[in-house]
Amino acid sequence: MSRAGLAPAGEAREPRPASVQPMIAVRRLAKSYATKRGGVVALEDIDFAVAEGEFLAILGPSGCGKSTLLKILAGLLPATGGEASLRGTPIAGPRRDIGVVFQSPVLFPWRSVLHNVLLPADVQRLGRAEHERIAFELLSLVGLAGFEHRYPWELSGGMQQRVAIVRALVHDPAMLLMDEPFGALDAMTREQMNLELQRIWLERRKTVVFITHSIPEAVFLADRVLVMTPRPGRIAEIVAVDLPRPRSLDVMSTPDFGAAVKRIRAHFNARGGLVA
Amino acid sequence: MSGARNAMLRLCLIALSLALWEAAVRLLAVPVYVLPPPSGIFTALYRGIVSTVYVQNLWVTLYETILGFIAGASLAFLLGTVVALSRRTEYFLYPYIIMFQSLPKVALAPLIVVWFGLGLTSKVVNAALIAFFPLMVNTIVGLRSAEEDRVNLMRSLDAREWQIFWMLRLPGALPFIMAGLEVAMIFALIGAIVAEFVGSQAGLGMLVQTLNFNGDVAGAFSILLMLSVLGLLLNQIIVVVRRRVLFWDASEKTAANDASKGAAL
Repeated sequence: MSRAGLAPAGEAREPRPASVQPMIAVRRLAKSYATKRGGVVALEDIDFAVAEGEFLAILGPSGCGKSTLLKILAGLLPATGGEASLRGTPIAGPRRDIGVVFQSPVLFPWRSVLHNVLLPADVQRLGRAEHERIAFELLSLVGLAGFEHRYPWELSGGMQQRVAIVRALVHDPAMLLMDEPFGALDAMTREQMNLELQRIWLERRKTVVFITHSIPEAVFLADRVLVMTPRPGRIAEIVAVDLPRPRSLDVMSTPDFGAAVKRIRAHFNARGGLVA
Repeated sequence: MSGARNAMLRLCLIALSLALWEAAVRLLAVPVYVLPPPSGIFTALYRGIVSTVYVQNLWVTLYETILGFIAGASLAFLLGTVVALSRRTEYFLYPYIIMFQSLPKVALAPLIVVWFGLGLTSKVVNAALIAFFPLMVNTIVGLRSAEEDRVNLMRSLDAREWQIFWMLRLPGALPFIMAGLEVAMIFALIGAIVAEFVGSQAGLGMLVQTLNFNGDVAGAFSILLMLSVLGLLLNQIIVVVRRRVLFWDASEKTAANDASKGAAL
């Protein structure tokens, strides 16, 4: 097994110089739900930090609480224990410096592409002219120049999801939360979107927390992969991926990539074949 | 198939059925007071229009209908919005609303004429009352139909409740509201006519009563013809508005119309 490709998080070098304070710090986070038949523990003992500009993938099978974790980070759900903080301040509710991309594009059909992208600016009453300029710029960055005045139903699924990503970026958030954003796309489009996302990320250097249940997708995109196991949702391991960037799709056939995938997959095989 | 050809086919069908009607009445020697031939109806229509009696009464009914529609629709939208946004209001108000809705409102018309007199007011009130329900129910259903993902998106942007209402719930409810308005417009016309039947000094409903009473069945038919054309035109206004407002809605014919069916009558 290659040493260059991966290393346990503890001994791994940070992929790039980390700032003194992490962007996100999660300490002993827990979430449980009350149901008719007693409490259900969705998350337990979650501890991790994300450095500024880092790309972190959270990986796990369905029901491991990864979406719950993302909702807590987005301020949409309160935690029942522990704490999550962004730049040192606890996340107590929705914040204006976070952009969220959901599994479906969630575009409003009555708004044109441009006006969908401008939704955060409208809600947060940011300068219209300036953000319109940013919207045009970002849309052309994702290859949607000329589609500004089209409507969502005129676009393919992949294009719609690109609009959703641009919308999450338009108000220049400190952090991007992505909840299985390419899960509904076909395999070919999905690979293209992975390349595209990497390109956007390399250009913008946002901190990204990316949720997925695809091991290759997580390894391809992330600086580190946080592997979760279900019932209750816990962190099994945080695997650093030291593959050079920009990564091409060919990286998937390298031994380093294969080793990382194998290492992550072992966590699920050990638990009765929960292979994503 | 071309649109022009379809339109021609449509006209031919109408002409054919009128010719059959005319022929049947003449061949079977049906008395005029049972079923007048189309030619008699059109003659009555022509005479009524030329004497300006029809036109004057048409304006009265149209005025009552439009006022009733505006009053009923505004009230329905406001109340529907309040009920949709506040569970508390729903809890206290909804039982009464449902009870009132299950009441045959046509039966209320005599009472309304007693309360509001033989003039314009009783017609507008009755039209408003009948137009009210389909729109209110559709407003409630529409405002509540906002998808959870969309609400979550708005929340994640730190949107206020009123922003979620204006930017998400209301536009999302428009297919339902437009379907409700379509029904409400026709219902307002029915409401105005019913109140005219019960007691009035002018209007097409009053005219139908009078002509029937005088045994002028052809005249009564000619008014009914005017009423159905009026209903069609009023409906077309709403349809044109709906197409403009809902240019984005591919599924309006399925989801929203089903809801309006549930609300009708």
